[in-house]
Amino acid sequence: MGEIIRETISAGDMDPTFIEKIEKAGADRIRTCLSCGTCSSVCPSGRRTAFRTRELIRKALLGLREDVLSSPDLWLCATCLTCLERCPRQIKITDAIIIMRNMAVKEGFMLPQHRKSAQKLLQTGHAVPLDDANRDMRRELGIPEIPPTVHSSEEALAQVKEIMRLTGFDTLVEGEGTGAKQE
Amino acid sequence: MPNRYPNVEKSIRVVLPALGIELEELEGASCCPAPGVIRSFSERTWLALASRNLALAERAGHDIITGCNGCYGTFKEALNIVHEKPDRLKDVQQILKSVGLKYEAGVDAKHLIEVIYSIGIDPLRKKITRPLTGLKVGVHYGCHLLRPSKLRPWHQIQKQTFLDELVEVTGAESVKYKDKFLCCGAGGGVRGSNVPVSIDIAREKLDNMMEAGADCIVDVCSFCHLQFEVCQAELNKELGENKYHLPVIYYTQLLGLSMGFEPQDLGLHKHVVSTQALLDRFL
Repeated sequence: MGEIIRETISAGDMDPTFIEKIEKAGADRIRTCLSCGTCSSVCPSGRRTAFRTRELIRKALLGLREDVLSSPDLWLCATCLTCLERCPRQIKITDAIIIMRNMAVKEGFMLPQHRKSAQKLLQTGHAVPLDDANRDMRRELGIPEIPPTVHSSEEALAQVKEIMRLTGFDTLVEGEGTGAKQE
Repeated sequence: MPNRYPNVEKSIRVVLPALGIELEELEGASCCPAPGVIRSFSERTWLALASRNLALAERAGHDIITGCNGCYGTFKEALNIVHEKPDRLKDVQQILKSVGLKYEAGVDAKHLIEVIYSIGIDPLRKKITRPLTGLKVGVHYGCHLLRPSKLRPWHQIQKQTFLDELVEVTGAESVKYKDKFLCCGAGGGVRGSNVPVSIDIAREKLDNMMEAGADCIVDVCSFCHLQFEVCQAELNKELGENKYHLPVIYYTQLLGLSMGFEPQDLGLHKHVVSTQALLDRFL
């Protein structure tokens, strides 16, 4: 017979301030969760992966900060907002996930592909900047070759960059981005 | 939209003026920024940049109009946050002040579908000169157009019909298919980091639409549009057969076609999944 491995949560793994921080940041009804699983049952990502929204929320409530923030599952939510609509306790589940993602990024857990989009925003003011092919297509279609966005105004781009500096986005997303367990 | 789908932008620039809607450029706008990725990294940066775009509209004396559910979600949520939380508004105002911008959060953001729908179905019907009779459409609303429902202008009902009505005014038929309100799978950073999960969600929708006999998809979001355009080739490659070839049409392209515009004026010749066979039925 194989050895049965029991996962035991020790008190040391639990951080009671974790849920307070999530609550304060905007998921104010999260403590009313009754683990009914409605969120998991409507989740499109949960249909095809082991991601369980109910489990994530439960772990957050238990204060399993490290476990939650380092888990790649945190990034499986497509923010479709269906769970938020259906939650019988009206918990802003998607907001809670975004709050936890912000915490994860602050601690260095960021997927390399995500860091790339963030760095593009930092450099160009767009997470998806204009490429040559689309520039050619714009010309061919007879619409302004360079859209009248930050792409055609250095002053506007400087403004956007300054905002990202003021909010600390530049230091947050710099580096290569191999967030610990995410690899 | 301008950086990814200039062909869809072209259709917006052609069709809205023909409906009597005059467009003014939002000079110097940046990424909205994306509600899935950027908001997940730094909510404060996301709110500040979204508010800057809104401040630019406010300065111009207009509401923002967008053709993308992602941008729509960002602007709607960004407005709600500063309306509900005075301290957040103050923070944003201070950031914007230091770059020389004033912001009162007195503007609104609208999806172009909301603006088109406000014209009314009957007046729209009068514009149709090339009815798309017999065309079966899989209507894809997308998530952020509808949810959170409390922060959206639609009637508070479970299953919306406004986009179906707008599709059917063109003479096309909106087919009933399973899980119509399911996500496309692209949002929340999933497309960027978990491609297999992301395209499997899209596959489920495509299968459901095809099973219902849809001839094409109609969407109203640049990210859903990307997802359906790109993932079909990915799925075919995986399968080793050409199973998925459902044309992905943005709403103003469909409407424009039924209003008699040429496909080239609507960017319909610039699709990843060819629209030719569909166009041949009506030209």
